[in-house]
Amino acid sequence: MEILIAIMVGVLVAASVYLMLARSVLRFLFGLILISNAANLVIFVSGRLTPEAPPLIVEGADAPLAEVANALPQALVLTAIVIGFGLFAFALTLVYRTYQNLGTLNSDEMRLAEPIDVKAEPTK
Amino acid sequence: MAKSDAVVPRVYGGPAGWISVAIPAGIFAYLLQFLAPVAAGTPVTLGFDWVGSLDVRLSVLIDGLSLTFALLISGIGTLVTLYSTKYLGNHPEYPRFVLFLMLFMIGMLGLVLADNLIALFVFWEITTISSYLLIGFSSDEAKSRRSALQALLVTGTGGLAFLAGVILLGTAAGSFELSVILTQGDAIRAHPHYVPIVILFLAGAFTKSAQFPFHFWLPNAMAAPTPVSAYLHSATMVKGGVYLMARMNPALGSTDLWFWTLVIAGGFTTVFASLLAIRQTDIKQVLAYTTLMALGALTMFIGAGTPAAITGMMTFLVVHSLYKAALFLMIGIVDHETGTREVDQLRGLGRKMPLTFLGGAIAGLSMAGIPPLVGFIGKEFLYKAGLDLDRGMIWVTGTIFAASVLMFVAAGISVLRPFTGKLSNTPQAPHEGPWAMWIGPLILGCLSLGFGLFPDTIEAWLVAPGTWAVYGDYSYAVDLYLFREVNAAFVLSLVTFATGALLYAVHRPLRDRLGRIIEANPVKFDAGWDRTLDGLKALAAWQTNILQSGVLQRYIFTVFATLAVGVGATIWLKDALDFTVDWNDALAGLQFKHWAVVLFVTAGAVLTAITSSRMTAIVALGVVGIGVALIFIIFSAPDVAITQLLVEVLVVVLVAIAMLKLPLLGLARDRKRRPVHAALAVTIGAMVTMVMVGVLQGELDRRLTDFFETASWTEAYGRNIVNVILVDFRAIDTFGEIGVVVIAALSAYALLRGTRYERPESKLEDRAQ
Repeated sequence: MEILIAIMVGVLVAASVYLMLARSVLRFLFGLILISNAANLVIFVSGRLTPEAPPLIVEGADAPLAEVANALPQALVLTAIVIGFGLFAFALTLVYRTYQNLGTLNSDEMRLAEPIDVKAEPTK
Repeated sequence: MAKSDAVVPRVYGGPAGWISVAIPAGIFAYLLQFLAPVAAGTPVTLGFDWVGSLDVRLSVLIDGLSLTFALLISGIGTLVTLYSTKYLGNHPEYPRFVLFLMLFMIGMLGLVLADNLIALFVFWEITTISSYLLIGFSSDEAKSRRSALQALLVTGTGGLAFLAGVILLGTAAGSFELSVILTQGDAIRAHPHYVPIVILFLAGAFTKSAQFPFHFWLPNAMAAPTPVSAYLHSATMVKGGVYLMARMNPALGSTDLWFWTLVIAGGFTTVFASLLAIRQTDIKQVLAYTTLMALGALTMFIGAGTPAAITGMMTFLVVHSLYKAALFLMIGIVDHETGTREVDQLRGLGRKMPLTFLGGAIAGLSMAGIPPLVGFIGKEFLYKAGLDLDRGMIWVTGTIFAASVLMFVAAGISVLRPFTGKLSNTPQAPHEGPWAMWIGPLILGCLSLGFGLFPDTIEAWLVAPGTWAVYGDYSYAVDLYLFREVNAAFVLSLVTFATGALLYAVHRPLRDRLGRIIEANPVKFDAGWDRTLDGLKALAAWQTNILQSGVLQRYIFTVFATLAVGVGATIWLKDALDFTVDWNDALAGLQFKHWAVVLFVTAGAVLTAITSSRMTAIVALGVVGIGVALIFIIFSAPDVAITQLLVEVLVVVLVAIAMLKLPLLGLARDRKRRPVHAALAVTIGAMVTMVMVGVLQGELDRRLTDFFETASWTEAYGRNIVNVILVDFRAIDTFGEIGVVVIAALSAYALLRGTRYERPESKLEDRAQ
């Protein structure tokens, strides 16, 4: 199953890179959502997959009695999901606000800071 | 900057003046106590740890070489600061000048006394920076600023090379302590990094000591006030490179590479600089070029490396510092009192400025190498060492002969002409300078005479211990003397005087002829420097225009392409795909739910990428998110799955709300770019898969997991291990995570509430058309 998910993650990453290369910043945003999912899966799968054994300690025991799923990547992914969501929410607001101010979602037209016809010149 | 109109004249520079004299004088007096042990052949080391973890010690090594330098630096420093109290004492920026000069002196003292190479490098850079500030002291003059920057860039670049050499040498020798390194010469010379170490060290030394082809910055640096020239460019800064070469001689020397590089570069600089010296009309420039000449000669004799050559080098080092500082100070007085340094405007000053003349004359005689001045001894021992060489004898002796002749002429130009003959008209009526100014050249002149009459003194205190340190052998017997017999060196001296006198007689036509020859030479280093800088700026502008296109799409493309090349190259170079996947094993035990969820997610991702309907995109994103949550559920991560589901719902809701106010996805991708983008995307996706498969083949390090499993209940009293990790063992991380979310929320709020700007009208018109 790990190998299968590795291939699936490859597809996720390819799709998100393709989306991020688009001119529309909204597509970029979709790419961002996909790539955070892909990153979370990479961490999760690297800790190996264990079906039907959540990392819990039964009442009365000091440690898990049988082999349980790797708890460490789960904790990391949990944090990553929340931070990914924070990033996404901020980026979405930025896109929304940009559209309000500039009237476009085309990144080629967002040239206020770096106008097209201004070239760098050597200083004298 | 507003300067106060009423400048109160300071007496000898005020407190800043007196303090600046007291500091070097105190250091000089303190250092004198080391003369006796060092002369007895026992170097002194002291120090303490500075950055222990990096093996950087602030340690001091006082042997013959470093003590000679330190005495010259503090001794001449005392005279120069005393001189400055009158020369610049009423300058509005005088305290600033004193600050820079003291900073420089401390840097220079640290440079010559440091036992640790890293500390030495730090002091080396302090001298570079403070000399930049000193050369550019007249910061309102463009010429001064340019010269300062040039000196900074040339010596600073060399300094970087030197640092790289220090690190290589430190690894090769296993220590950064000079006292250790200097005993490991054989091991270092046999080390595979020997050649790069030599090249990097010499790059630092040659730029600092203005050896050809890095010589051009030194004459320009004469834009500095004269006390600075006297200090930095006679005794100290430019000799930093010479110090480094002499210091490293026991570790890096006595190979063919060392010998020929130093002898040829030094010799070429010597001849080249003496010719340029003769062609100058500004006496300060004459002195600047003779300094270059001296640096070349010192380099050449360090390279020659025989005990006799090192003795000659050490003697000449002291000799040169004494007379050159005196002459710089002398020309400073002349400039200060007459308003000019042009040789053709200055004649017959001797009667008006007798004490200046006296100091300058003794120094000039020493420079010309006339007995009984110490300059004669210096020249004799250079001749003797040159004539005794096994290899390169003709080249070294010939070079030093030419240089001595031209030094004789230069001494005539800078002292004999201005002070003798009929008094000429000068911009200001000449008169004697104040005592604080003429005392310096006079003391230095007296030392030149005293050391010449009693050569045993400098032999015992400075030259012999210095020679031992540079040659690395404490048994060699140094014997300096004024005159003992008529030998080849003595005859050569007589020929030098005769040739020198002849050339001095015709020096003015010679100067014009030389000027024309040099003008005709197409290779101009100073102009080449400007072209190099212009080229660098043009290159920067060119690459800025290429890299900083201002197009987001191109930036992202560059980022991903770099990632692809970097990861791809690493996979290829490290042969990271050297494993086989057992497909039967990999696909064993897969059930319908596994295939289904993988297909869902894959299809969702592909659909999001290719659809042009935003509704479809939102649904497809939701499918991916739910699919990922299912994977978490199937593989025993209920907490993660709950979070993922929650977040996924929020994402879809937020996107849906935003869509109400956003336009359709209509913007199609440029058709020509589509295949390139798709290829890059597929490449990166494939690489991620390969890296992941590679990671999965390796052993899993479970140490941390094991720790959390056993400690979760026993130490933190929690039965849900994931939760315990988050709120207990990694609580700070979780706190940081909350911080990130709060910042994101605040920023989003600020963006939504912030000032609304007017849309650029042109854009709207474009869209309307």
